[in-house]
Amino acid sequence: MPAKKSIDLYALTWRVPIILWQLLFFVGPVLFMVAISFFVVKNYRMTEAFEFVNWQKMLSRSYFWDSYWYTLFIASFSASVAMIVAFPAAWALAFRASDALRRWAVFLLIIPFFTSYLVRTFSWYVILAESGVLNAMLGFVGLGPFTMLNTHFGTVVGYLTLTLPLAVILQTVTMANIDKTLIEAARNLGCKPLATIWRVVLPLSKTGFIIAALFCFILSFGDFVAPFYLGGSQEPTLPILILDTTKSGQQWPRAAVVAIMMMLTLFTIAFTAIALAYRKPKGAK
Amino acid sequence: MKQNRTSNILLALYVALVFVFIFAPILFSLVFSLNSQRFPTIPLGSFSTEWYSKIWNDPDVWRAVMNSVIVSSCTAVVATTLGFCTAYTDFRYNFRFKGLYLALILLPPTIPLIIMALAMLAWLSRLGLSGQLWSIILAHSVLTAPFAMAIIRLRLHQMDPDLEAAAWNLGGSEWQTMRHVILPFCAPAIVSSLCLTAAVSFDEFAVSWFVSGLNKTVPVAILEIVQGNIDPQVNAIGTFVFLTSMTLVVLAQVFLFSRQIKSHS
Repeated sequence: MPAKKSIDLYALTWRVPIILWQLLFFVGPVLFMVAISFFVVKNYRMTEAFEFVNWQKMLSRSYFWDSYWYTLFIASFSASVAMIVAFPAAWALAFRASDALRRWAVFLLIIPFFTSYLVRTFSWYVILAESGVLNAMLGFVGLGPFTMLNTHFGTVVGYLTLTLPLAVILQTVTMANIDKTLIEAARNLGCKPLATIWRVVLPLSKTGFIIAALFCFILSFGDFVAPFYLGGSQEPTLPILILDTTKSGQQWPRAAVVAIMMMLTLFTIAFTAIALAYRKPKGAK
Repeated sequence: MKQNRTSNILLALYVALVFVFIFAPILFSLVFSLNSQRFPTIPLGSFSTEWYSKIWNDPDVWRAVMNSVIVSSCTAVVATTLGFCTAYTDFRYNFRFKGLYLALILLPPTIPLIIMALAMLAWLSRLGLSGQLWSIILAHSVLTAPFAMAIIRLRLHQMDPDLEAAAWNLGGSEWQTMRHVILPFCAPAIVSSLCLTAAVSFDEFAVSWFVSGLNKTVPVAILEIVQGNIDPQVNAIGTFVFLTSMTLVVLAQVFLFSRQIKSHS
């Protein structure tokens, strides 16, 4: 490497742009959002202030806490469902599929992640409706009709649309990287298939699985489309609360309070999860 | 290892089911868009291109498409430029606070879009920058730069670090080495990153909806139609959106992976 000059123009050219850009358009907005949570709204206009009135108003309302616990619950629930549903598929792709097939599967699963979630949700809306496709199909075998829209079920289906492909990809990649000889060794030593999963595969893929679950949780926790269109927003989640507070009535400061509470919760959960993910198992050096 | 045949078949069926769940909404959207019924169900109505001709003749849809094309292509260029600079810095340099530096670019996608939307709206309107097409571009480049950085970093990871040093030893300046060695080496990743960031920007609706004002992009237009009522036009627009972003994503993967396989063989 060339000798270090006092000001290395070349190095700065590559280093500085992102710092400026993110300070202006990422750190700036986030800090400003924290600031406006202390502003006050008078006559539908936001004025600068430093008062705790928004915090006090939001955190003393039971509808905020109802929504908080509901969002926490439904997002964790849907993340668990995504992880459990994904597991057998990921296991099959990791251990039973050929390399080429696995690569194709991952290739396909990446596609929905980058295609319109909104349109996919709308499509579910039509599929799950009272007179929709799924009920029509169930009708042929003499079942239903079931009410699936505007229920928790609808919300979870929407979340899974977002998270299931990701869960399958991350689980597959994690398990495909396990040293196969370890599994064969366990089997040769008389370990039953299910016990092999529990005592060999899962401990070896702990980090990847926790990260996968964390992503599923974050995505569900922050999504407003599924609970709004498929869940009917009867029990508003926190993102819906932000949406309503921002869009109707210009109460940006109160929306900011909700947003900050969400971020604090996410950070706490993310740090805990990451600490767990990278913790060495007991007894290991 | 002796493998049970029935268990293999069951697992294959299960994987197929998971794929059906994941791709059903995309397929149904395509089918419904060509179906005459206002409220589609089974049995399907007759084949019809009514919804397509409707959106084709709708000037609002055209305006939204134009807006989306402008936003996503500008976002792709800005995000890829930022991503390249950061990926190269990460590849080449070690410095104090590098962890913080990387967190600065990689953090945005972990924050829920609705929160970014609110923060961007408040901040940009404070600066007097909201309600414009380029407000969306500013916001989207923050959201997509990490994807660009990841793709280009992946490519740089495959480069022999001695390659750069060799170019210097042969008398090339740092700038010349960048121009003649590193940029060409990263070219497939750069194209791939342009496609992928464009795809993400093309589909993003929450932030666009908040900061765009009256300049609707396609997803925002969809959001507003969906809020009104069931309207099969959405399926037609949706199919168009799917095809666009899928093409971009597939192109991105082809550029990224075909070269990788070649360079390894």
